[in-house]
Amino acid sequence: MSAVWKVGVVASTHAETPTGRSIQIDVPGWGGNLAGQHVDVRLTAPDGYQAVRSYSIASASPGDRLELAVDRLPDGEVSPYLVDDLLPGDELELRGPLGGWFVWRPEQTEPVQLIGGGSGIVPLMAMIRAHAASGSTARFRLLYSVRTAEDAFYSEELAALASAHFTIDWVYTRVAPAGWPSPAGRVNRQVLEASTIAAGESPSVFVCGPTGFVETVADALVALGHSAASVKTERFGGK
Amino acid sequence: MGIISRGFSGRSREHNPDLPPGQFLTTDFPVLSAGPTPRIDTAEWAFTITDESGLMHKWSWDELMALPIEDIATDIHCVTRWSKFGTSWRGVSLDTLFAGIDTKYAYTMVYSYGGYTTNVPLADLLGGKAWVAFEFDGQPLDPEHGGPARLLVPHLYFWKSAKWVRGLEMRKSDDPGFWEQNGYNIYGDPWKEQRYS
Amino acid sequence: MSHIDGNALAGPLSELFSVDMTDAVGRCVTCGDESVLAQAMVYLSGTDLVVRCSNCDDVLLTIVHSPGDLRLTLTGLAALRVAI
Repeated sequence: MSAVWKVGVVASTHAETPTGRSIQIDVPGWGGNLAGQHVDVRLTAPDGYQAVRSYSIASASPGDRLELAVDRLPDGEVSPYLVDDLLPGDELELRGPLGGWFVWRPEQTEPVQLIGGGSGIVPLMAMIRAHAASGSTARFRLLYSVRTAEDAFYSEELAALASAHFTIDWVYTRVAPAGWPSPAGRVNRQVLEASTIAAGESPSVFVCGPTGFVETVADALVALGHSAASVKTERFGGK
Repeated sequence: MGIISRGFSGRSREHNPDLPPGQFLTTDFPVLSAGPTPRIDTAEWAFTITDESGLMHKWSWDELMALPIEDIATDIHCVTRWSKFGTSWRGVSLDTLFAGIDTKYAYTMVYSYGGYTTNVPLADLLGGKAWVAFEFDGQPLDPEHGGPARLLVPHLYFWKSAKWVRGLEMRKSDDPGFWEQNGYNIYGDPWKEQRYS
Repeated sequence: MSHIDGNALAGPLSELFSVDMTDAVGRCVTCGDESVLAQAMVYLSGTDLVVRCSNCDDVLLTIVHSPGDLRLTLTGLAALRVAI
């Protein structure tokens, strides 16, 4: 893992939500990454001013193409540029792949519980894609918490990937879709108890999202009997 | 220096002759911190000046409020490059607090609830240059920005304006505080761009 | 201001170490807690980082970026263990 900044070229972008998009980038010499890793993106203005931010990688395929998914933060400096201004053909400086702890490898056979809040789905998406691509029969379950249905990243692909080995539970915190059996509400201990793999099955748990969400969920999981060592978290600031 | 990112300009960075070198102007008030925000009740709050003999001069919140309070309008400059013009505060001047104190030492170590420290020479606290400030923009200073009270020393980089200030100790030499031990400049004059050591 | 976690250290520390340090186990000088750096609490101050023990909150290390210079101060880490 060197500190060298690699230059990638944006191949395509795709709107995912009203405030988010996925970005496909070709990086010569990338060589792939593990599911769950992230990159640092560096932007440089004409006067030399630089801004660096970390983004989880949504893909885990070998080769030189990777995918990021970015949500525009209201007071952001880098995310508005990546979501609104970046065009195919633009160059981006990337450092990575980074991180070896919040990672799922296809050699792992234990059940896996993924819990994502908002754009916290991104590294979990890499794990879901790696799970599908490797033909792993490990049991995967996803709990995805979003404000409304239209705020979900990758909804169609997630539905298409559902299988005997991968099931999804949705939580809507602000507005639930018409006909949804439960009212909108946040993830709490009861929701986790009802909709995640039980501690007794010793799953590896990955939780990603805003700091407040991750802390609430991680504390509840431990209270439900999961060992702290089996719950891996990635917080990215905010509420 | 990296490759230029087409169309990226970052936060608005107008060039302004009233700005110290390397700074840009902001209209918001970014929150930067070295640790969790302490929550201090004014009923328990105290500010203490400890002199070289170990004598402690202590003010409770009510005692601080009974002292002459000043309105301060000033520019502030953060080492992370943002500056904010014309900020308004209310606080008690360090001149008022030092009025009854006899000291031969020339330096101070300022310390805060939560463990933060920063060093400021006594000469930079006196002569109308520093306050214990508890109101910002007409409102009680909120915890994120250092409330109930913070030190305000606007002629130095803002890391010297210790949030959640609790007191200061007289020191014989200019011992480095938290950021100064970790690579920031021992003095921190924005006009001489003294950011790092 | 809330913290993020030590996963964010991967990039900055990759400028100094050739192995991934977020997977390294650090021992806190103050409380003796041994956890992976990925789980430490990271407070961002511009481009500078203050990393605190998730158990006792004391400072493990700081990273200060100045032009051409990276300063890593390891005041609170008694030991670091890395799989190689």
